[in-house]
Amino acid sequence: MTNEYVLEMRGISKAFPGVKALNDMQFQLKKGEIHALMGENGAGKSTFIKIITGVHQPTEGEMLLLGEKVSFQNPKQAQQQGIAAIYQHVTSYPDLSVAENIFMNHEVRHPVWKTLNWREMHKQARQLLRELGSSLDPKTQMNTLSVAQQQIVEIAKAISTKAKIIIMDEPTAALTARESEELYRITEKLRDEGTSIIFISHRFEDMYRLASRVTVLRDSNYIGTWDVEDISNEKLIVAMVGREINQIFPDKKTSAGETVLDVKNLSKLGEFDDISFSIKSGEILGMTGLVGAGRTEVCQAIFGITAFDKGEILLSGSSIRNKNPQEAMDNGIGYLAEDRLDQGLLVDWSIEKNITLANLTDLSTLTWIHRDKEKRQAKEFGEKVHIKATSIFDSVNSLSGGNQQKVAVAKLLTKDLKVILLDEPTKGVDIGAKAAIYEIVQNLAEAGYAVLFVSSEMPEILGMSDRILVMKEGRIAADFVNRGITQEMILEAAMGEEQVQEKSG
Amino acid sequence: MEQKKQTYQPRTLETNLPFSWKRLFFQWEWMLLLILVAVLLLGSYVSPYFLNYPSLRDGTMVFLDKALIVFPMAMIMIMRDIDISVGSTVALSSVVMATLYTSAGLPMEVAIIACLATGAICGLINGLLIVKFKELSAVIVTLGTMILYRGIAYIILEDQAAGGFPEWFGFFGWGYVFGIPFLLIVFAVLAVVFGIVLHKTTFGRKVFAIGNNPTASRFSGIKVDKVKVIVFMLAGLLAAVTAIFLTSRMGSTRPNIATMYELDIIAMAALGGVSTAGGKGRVLGVVIAVFIIGYLQYGLGLINLPSQMFLIIVGALLILSVAIPKLGGMIKRK
Amino acid sequence: MKIKTENLEMEKKNPLALFYQFRELGLFFFIVILCIGVQLRNPSFLTGENILDMATNTSILVILALGMMIVLITRGIDLSIGAVIALSGMLTAQLVAANPSVNPFLCLLIGTVIGALCGMVIGVLVAKVGLLPIIATLALMNIFRGLTFLVSDGEWVSSYQMSESFVEIATGTFLGLNHLIWIAVLFCLVFFYFLNYTRTGRQIYAVGSNPQSAAVSGIKQGRILFLVYTIMGGLSGLCGVLWVSKFASAQGDTASGYELTVIAACILGGVSIAGGSGKLAGVLLGAILLGILNNALPLLNVSPFWQNGIQGFIILLAVIVNAVVKRRVERTHLLRRAG
Repeated sequence: MTNEYVLEMRGISKAFPGVKALNDMQFQLKKGEIHALMGENGAGKSTFIKIITGVHQPTEGEMLLLGEKVSFQNPKQAQQQGIAAIYQHVTSYPDLSVAENIFMNHEVRHPVWKTLNWREMHKQARQLLRELGSSLDPKTQMNTLSVAQQQIVEIAKAISTKAKIIIMDEPTAALTARESEELYRITEKLRDEGTSIIFISHRFEDMYRLASRVTVLRDSNYIGTWDVEDISNEKLIVAMVGREINQIFPDKKTSAGETVLDVKNLSKLGEFDDISFSIKSGEILGMTGLVGAGRTEVCQAIFGITAFDKGEILLSGSSIRNKNPQEAMDNGIGYLAEDRLDQGLLVDWSIEKNITLANLTDLSTLTWIHRDKEKRQAKEFGEKVHIKATSIFDSVNSLSGGNQQKVAVAKLLTKDLKVILLDEPTKGVDIGAKAAIYEIVQNLAEAGYAVLFVSSEMPEILGMSDRILVMKEGRIAADFVNRGITQEMILEAAMGEEQVQEKSG
Repeated sequence: MEQKKQTYQPRTLETNLPFSWKRLFFQWEWMLLLILVAVLLLGSYVSPYFLNYPSLRDGTMVFLDKALIVFPMAMIMIMRDIDISVGSTVALSSVVMATLYTSAGLPMEVAIIACLATGAICGLINGLLIVKFKELSAVIVTLGTMILYRGIAYIILEDQAAGGFPEWFGFFGWGYVFGIPFLLIVFAVLAVVFGIVLHKTTFGRKVFAIGNNPTASRFSGIKVDKVKVIVFMLAGLLAAVTAIFLTSRMGSTRPNIATMYELDIIAMAALGGVSTAGGKGRVLGVVIAVFIIGYLQYGLGLINLPSQMFLIIVGALLILSVAIPKLGGMIKRK
Repeated sequence: MKIKTENLEMEKKNPLALFYQFRELGLFFFIVILCIGVQLRNPSFLTGENILDMATNTSILVILALGMMIVLITRGIDLSIGAVIALSGMLTAQLVAANPSVNPFLCLLIGTVIGALCGMVIGVLVAKVGLLPIIATLALMNIFRGLTFLVSDGEWVSSYQMSESFVEIATGTFLGLNHLIWIAVLFCLVFFYFLNYTRTGRQIYAVGSNPQSAAVSGIKQGRILFLVYTIMGGLSGLCGVLWVSKFASAQGDTASGYELTVIAACILGGVSIAGGSGKLAGVLLGAILLGILNNALPLLNVSPFWQNGIQGFIILLAVIVNAVVKRRVERTHLLRRAG
């Protein structure tokens, strides 16, 4: 029995009511190793992390820490065993100081009086931050820091708990290239000091730069673990995506018509810069890029949810500026929000009332709603998108993710639209529902809509789009016509160094 | 290909709900009706003067004035906000009306219009502050205006009383139409109007949508801010209507009238089934709750129980009506 | 290994952010200017006697504001404190009236315990049952106020019924300063220590700043909320005794509406209603500012009827200015991050 592995997980499974979130996971972490964990959104990474950190308890399988079996009932126990996590969305206390964030709930206290020893905490915090190469004042309030600085504080916090294992969940997602470089150095330094690190990232760049081994998850299943040197980029992508993609995408049989939407030099400080593109009627324009590249922000600016600073939006040749979503929809632009539970649907409401919500004016005289008309319309559009439910009165939270998304689409269809902006329409839905959504999107294009299809998933971007825009750090990094384009070309554009490419296939 | 066929099977969605006894009987309103009956029986038990038509009819005059505000308050609570300034708005509108009539010598009709305008403006200010400064929350904004509006009332009238209104003005507080108190008729009309607006029109649908999910409502093209401002303005306007009835009934006004009305009103709404977490509520339930609380107050008055008992009962009812669903949820989870 | 990190360091702080960080200083200067202004109009303002008067009259507000601060920090609010003051004041006064020889310290203790019990009821409703603080305390305000009327049967307890030693609690002096001032100073010191040097004190901030991460860090949120409302209740109960002793009368409507003044002091002092932030120094200054206004307005021959209006206006102005400045600061942060 050797303690080669700091952490070992054997056959870990986790089931939630109705969903298997993780299935037979195998994982080994060596001392002083950076181990990359990769997989698409919804592949089971976050469930896996939550099991390690004690937020969830596994339904099956065992977890060994330094060769000894452990099971954590709560996050505190995991913490005490030297496991710390740094989440993608920094979970700090914004109103409190840096030192306080670092030492929250394991404060340095006077041995007898149990009073907090601020001088010592500030000293240690300063020391920790200096070791990480930062000269931040520990007394600074957390919410005045940039994301990169906050991340350093989170790392300092992890070190201060004397963590042997640090989990970093997409730490580079919101960082610039220079800031990422900084983070790499800190991570390597921690590794050299003997800390084991689980590094989760969508960026291949991160993995090649840092990790010695990589474990891939797909559809809640463990796919495999490889030495980074032994696996090629292509092989890794196949491992992550792994499906026979061609089967699930509908055949393209559209011909593009007139230009409907024309976006010119759209800019907003701190979010996106100089965005120009156009979509023709019947065309599907794919838009991809890393999380945080500014895709959602662009969509919301076009839809009138947020204002933009500069630029122009032309709809069928005439300039429009949407002050709010209602104006956008009246102008013929619809938006399917990325977060359907928070932004798209009223989950406690019935299918019917959700579908008609955007179109109440047409269903009423002098604001009196005609219930018969409303029911008829809900039925018509609900059936059009094939919602699986018994009646239009079923509440939306009783539906599966895919069917919820169909309700959101049906709501858009009730309006007389020309342009539909779809922001991650297949996020978090199962593969069967994905195929259904692809079919709907294709039907929309055939019906003459101009469709903007935003997605992080390469295969569906390649499978669905007529043209592909790649965004990177708030700018358009590449504009491809989708013929002979490969995932590598897109990834290169999305992650590569600062060059704007004008390519066509 | 097999999978494809399965996905695209045409499906029909049912548009008629089958009749269900369970759905008919599991309604908060039945519960409220039972409570109301209990209150009435209790009233007849403790006082022989309670349970007869003239008594019940005239009793409404004691409590229905403030109950007018309960309709917009229900809307505000459905939208997950709260307005604790309504009592002060009543006082300010009433003081403005009385001062314009007695000191400025304007005709009473003009004074009444000024009263309504004052209430609407107070509500408008609340609404605008709440939508423009979202980080402040309705609690703090209306807390501030609650002090401010009553403060202005004190500035205008100091500790004086103003009265001596024309004779016809007393009609609001004491008048009958076809043997029914005018106030009761106004209340009934408002109940019907608000019931229709809330449950049958696009505006009401939007109010519920906002209470359910403000972000998704905005993304669906609802002008959330506009709806909020209108509803707060309605609350101010109906506070002014209440001021007219209350002033008429008392025959004079002071800056300290209608103190703590907000509590009774919030209690009526909460007891009526309006969720303090937003998104739920029905006008019918609110109307029954108004009569429950109102007749409790009236009955306690008849048997000379100290009016403070009423404070305790309203407080307890408020806590019970919001705690019972929570406790139910807690038990269910276990 | 020393890593180069200039790009990660804060750039020069911008003046607005500085102002926001030192808003207590701004409030302090405002008070100084106000004092100078009042002094110029009425020279009897800054006399030793008047200053002591002001301090005595502000002490109860300060004690209550300390409690309200921790409630607001946890994203709560307590509207029942006026009623708790009345209830504990009335019960203690009745005790003294019936039994004049009772020890004044025992009175203080009894009042505090009554208040703490009231606070615990709120604590249970908010922390365990999960009611919104505003609804729970609004309802309990009524209940406590109703109880006060019930136990007193609408009667007052007046000065002639109170023993000298009881009245002495709030009118006597120690080293030339009124007892109330000493009690307020004591509580300021205790709270300063509690909030800054105990783990529980900091957890109050943590719960208000980010409840989700507090839960992940293993902080018991329900326990903290319960504690906070109990403390608030205890302080209100104590102040009930002080109030009755100071004004030598206990009535059913004692301290009616006083919760608004207390909340106003906190908001003026920069306690955020959204939770997580609030400093003792700010709250102290906020209470002092209101105390000065109460004292100075009559000296300036401002009608007492203007006080409510002026107070309401100042509260609204303060929260709005606060919100606007905060927005500007956040915008500059954004610009800096983007730049």
